[in-house]
Amino acid sequence: MFNHLLSLLIWLPIVGAIPVLLAGSGRPNSARWIALLVAIATFVLSICLLPQFNAADGAKQLAESHVWIASLGVHYGLAVDGISVALILLTTFVGILVIVGAWEVIQTNPHQYMAAMLVLEGLMIGVFCATDALLFYVFFEAMLIPMFILIGVWGGPRRVYATMKFFIYTFFGSIFMLVGLIYLYLKAGSFDLATLAALPLSMKEQSWLFFAFLIAFAVKVPMVPVHTWLPDAHVEAPTGGSVVLAAVMLKIGGYGFLRFSLPIVPDASEAYAWLVIGLSLLAVVYIGYIALVQEDMKKLVAYSSVAHMGFVTLGIFIAFMLVRGANNLDAAKLGMQGAMVQMISHGFVSGAMFSCIGVLYDRMHTRQIKDYGGVINVMPWFGFFYVLFAMANSGLPGTSGFVGEFQVVLASFQANPWIAFFAAFTLIIGAAYTLYMVKRVLWGDITNPHVAEMKDINGREVFVLSAFAAAVLVLGIWPQPLIHLMDASVTQLVTQLGNHKI
Amino acid sequence: MELSTSILLTIALAPLVGCLLAGFLGSFIGRAGSHTATILGVAVSCGLSFYVLYQLTAGGALVYNHNIYTWFEIGNYNAHVGFLIDRLTAMMMVVVTFVSLLVHIYTIGYMHEDPGYQRFFSYISLFTFSMLMLVMSNNFMQLFFGWEAVGLVSYLLIGFWYKRPTAIFANLKAFLVNRVGDFGFLLGIAGVLYFLGTLDYATAFGAAPTLVGKTLQITQNVHWDAATVICILLFIGAMGKSAQVPLHVWLPDSMEGPTPISALIHAATMVTAGIFMVARMSPIFELSETALSFVMVIGATGALFTGLIGIVQNDIKRVVAYSTLSQLGYMTVALGVSAYAGAVFHLMTHAFFKALLFLGAGSVIIAMHHEQDMRYMGGLRKYMPITWITMWIGSLALCGVPFFAGFYSKDAIIEAVGESHRWGSGYAYFCVLAGAFVTALYTFRQMYLTFHGKERFTVVHDHGHGHHEHKDDHGHHEPGIMHEAPHESPWVVTLPLILLAIPSLIVGFVAIGPMLFGDWFGGAIHVTEANNVLGELSKDFHGSVAMALHGFTQLPFFLVLAAFAITTYIYLFNPSLADRIKNALKPIYNVLNHKYWFDAVYYIVFARGGMALGRALWKGGDAAVIDGVMVNGSAGLVDRIAGGVRRLQSGYLYHYAFAMILGLILLLGGYWLVGQ
Repeated sequence: MFNHLLSLLIWLPIVGAIPVLLAGSGRPNSARWIALLVAIATFVLSICLLPQFNAADGAKQLAESHVWIASLGVHYGLAVDGISVALILLTTFVGILVIVGAWEVIQTNPHQYMAAMLVLEGLMIGVFCATDALLFYVFFEAMLIPMFILIGVWGGPRRVYATMKFFIYTFFGSIFMLVGLIYLYLKAGSFDLATLAALPLSMKEQSWLFFAFLIAFAVKVPMVPVHTWLPDAHVEAPTGGSVVLAAVMLKIGGYGFLRFSLPIVPDASEAYAWLVIGLSLLAVVYIGYIALVQEDMKKLVAYSSVAHMGFVTLGIFIAFMLVRGANNLDAAKLGMQGAMVQMISHGFVSGAMFSCIGVLYDRMHTRQIKDYGGVINVMPWFGFFYVLFAMANSGLPGTSGFVGEFQVVLASFQANPWIAFFAAFTLIIGAAYTLYMVKRVLWGDITNPHVAEMKDINGREVFVLSAFAAAVLVLGIWPQPLIHLMDASVTQLVTQLGNHKI
Repeated sequence: MELSTSILLTIALAPLVGCLLAGFLGSFIGRAGSHTATILGVAVSCGLSFYVLYQLTAGGALVYNHNIYTWFEIGNYNAHVGFLIDRLTAMMMVVVTFVSLLVHIYTIGYMHEDPGYQRFFSYISLFTFSMLMLVMSNNFMQLFFGWEAVGLVSYLLIGFWYKRPTAIFANLKAFLVNRVGDFGFLLGIAGVLYFLGTLDYATAFGAAPTLVGKTLQITQNVHWDAATVICILLFIGAMGKSAQVPLHVWLPDSMEGPTPISALIHAATMVTAGIFMVARMSPIFELSETALSFVMVIGATGALFTGLIGIVQNDIKRVVAYSTLSQLGYMTVALGVSAYAGAVFHLMTHAFFKALLFLGAGSVIIAMHHEQDMRYMGGLRKYMPITWITMWIGSLALCGVPFFAGFYSKDAIIEAVGESHRWGSGYAYFCVLAGAFVTALYTFRQMYLTFHGKERFTVVHDHGHGHHEHKDDHGHHEPGIMHEAPHESPWVVTLPLILLAIPSLIVGFVAIGPMLFGDWFGGAIHVTEANNVLGELSKDFHGSVAMALHGFTQLPFFLVLAAFAITTYIYLFNPSLADRIKNALKPIYNVLNHKYWFDAVYYIVFARGGMALGRALWKGGDAAVIDGVMVNGSAGLVDRIAGGVRRLQSGYLYHYAFAMILGLILLLGGYWLVGQ
């Protein structure tokens, strides 16, 4: 069984979606329970990765490879390194929580909702496992379908606009990647990522490819200025959709940079690192100010996601300046690790924030901040979680939100103090927009009579929020296990950065 | 002998356990259970802290410096959670846990009617844990953890009464202003890692001399001295936490929180974290004259100018709050003249007498049924003698009257500033001297308005109102009207006052010799020979008694005496004079009453300006340019092109036939042209 662990991880939730669908709308509870069992089984299976995986080895492991499309030399190739394992664990962890979170919230066709979630989970795991560029591309694009359905069917009033925008935006980006991949295939005769990484490319070729990849992944992350689909998608998405979108799907953009831009076009990545760094800092400062004035809670957290993901792209590309400019491998590793930790942490924190907003929305059916105020008076336990996650969102030490940002700021200072200066600005603006929201939602006296009728969180919600809280705190208090898991892989990546292709 | 790790862990974690018990099981274990659990936790910490201090001072224990666990390890960079316990730390631990313990006990009395009783105990225990993590840290990462964690608890406690709009405004403001400081602090830490390659104190301080001559490139042609940049950045953190001008604006507003935390957090411990931090970093700060001058000037400005605001305050807690700002200025000045031990010494004495003054003010507030305006007090001494006497002890200590604790620490600072030849020391000397006069002025004014003179309230016995009813609407009641006579507070309140009055009286007398002029701190504080102003002063030091007697003949004492005479005349004999002076000096009064317009300007520039900028970027950038032009604009363009192209497909056969012929001509013609 362990020989095909990765395949099992991908296909278990996808195949598991079939009985969920078959349960039909007539037996919603069976659908829910089957979905939950499948999600738990997937999570347990992903835990089995850990003993199988040798964290001391930076190379790809647990590889599977079968010829898929022989005429094109496309392989069904899977393997993972420490970074993939961490992201898979994040995916399966969040997978359970979105099923539980949707339990009685989704009343129309819960079986379809649950099935879409499971399929989405499998496809995302596929993205993190693929070692073949075309396979990656297939998973990468297929992911859009269940998300399209989730937003389009269970979304809010402007869901059609949001889904179209979401779909076309991301699809527009990935088309460029496809063109780039075809070019690479024609040149190398293979879609194997390792082969492509070894392929010599001129600076001109690298530049074109760099921008093709950049457009695809920048939309996904999303980076400024191609981020405007995210607030709309989040606002219209059901809670579970938002959670998966923020917690896992955005990470695929960052992951793409690692797997494509860095190894395949390292020299162009170095040449244009300034651009990505500039856009990342813009995300922190510019988006921070925009988040400050949002009236809709989900929009606010969506913008805050863009700002936080800025640290991911910053940490990844700062590594170039450090390796090639300052020849400081350790600092580059620090920045890269910071970016990876930030990915995982943002998965927990944003997932938790959207879950909290979901809790409020289920009771009041509004996301407007002005409709709330004084929620703490009636929902003290909710208040505890909300403040905890808000603090994590503000990067408070002791929560996971601090770790990655701390490491990225420390690393950026080594490259250029001004980069650190703008990155550290998140300390002020991040706290400002998050706590200003907390002030208006949670604190104060009750002004809206509907708030007075709100009931504190129930057992199911406590479970979801506690799971997120545990993850946020454990990672914040003791990040070393996660860092150790990814250390060898990050070292390998950073070492590769030094390899010139021209 | 080595200190035991388990004892140190117990010291740090016992309050955390209390916090968790009171916080999560509060409704289960009840009020008594909550305060018992938290008080036990802090008492254990406090007892063991005294033991650690004893071991380090008299027991021959060595400095403890070990990591507990690895927080992250990436290449050569690593961060740990660990403890560095030397005498500086041990002293801080004792101050923190002792004041915290008394505040815990006091809280039983102060908060006994509050529905958030358990929550309050949970918070103050969490604070104690955080503060201990801060002072016990052996590295910059954990320091930053404690630094921000105390900020979090401060946020929660200022907003403890979360229904009050002013409280939730004040806590947001406090957090954000602190974050401005932390912004600098974090960059300072990044600078330490960049130049010294480590986050560990001992290694960093060991490598500190290598900073000399290094520079940081700011622009193409501008290079700044590395030590100066690091020190100023770190000090910006201290300016936030220790409320130094111009980041001081949050502290007066923090008085929205319940009084026990004003004593614990916003006077005795948390706000002194910046002072502690700079003293801890003395090996780095000693390398930069520029940074120390900066520290000194900032501190001196605060010492005098925030004290002046205290004179015009009518809220009893706000007077003490401005006094705290001013005293923090004194500590900062001491840091700036390299008298780190003097700063830390003043930190300690101040912790005792300022906690005493705050708790005393709280006792008065209970007696006055949550009236905080001194204009409706007066003559309280006969109702509450213990509060009255203990507060006088605290006040005399604050004013620096010889033999009281504050005299030794404050006089040493003034003398040290006088000794210093650093750039700006003339200005600083003027500020600290004038500050001594100002301190006495607002302190005596406060004491007279509260405890002496005529009663400015009337007691209306009306039996229709129970005690609980007007408790609920405190803040709305008619000022100056009381439903029952004020009375002395219960023993849980007065006992802490007495226990704080004792060190306010004697701790200076006992400790000045070893702490300031002996080498008590050992390697914990590093001063280069040329900067050693305290070393200069120690030549003239002939014991505590001689110093105090000498103090009676010095300028600071005459200034206190003058202030005493003026306030006594005004507030005991000629109360209307105060108003006449106020009217005569209207412009100055206005400046002080508006707190130099710091709050107003910050609010307009940063709060409103930030929101306006955000709205402009949102509507102008995201909505108009990106979505309007780029996204929906290109969708619209596709739409228009498609609309235009659609007309070509008219469905008429002759249109298509004509198009084919045209195409054929163009194709053939094209080939012909190419052929040519």
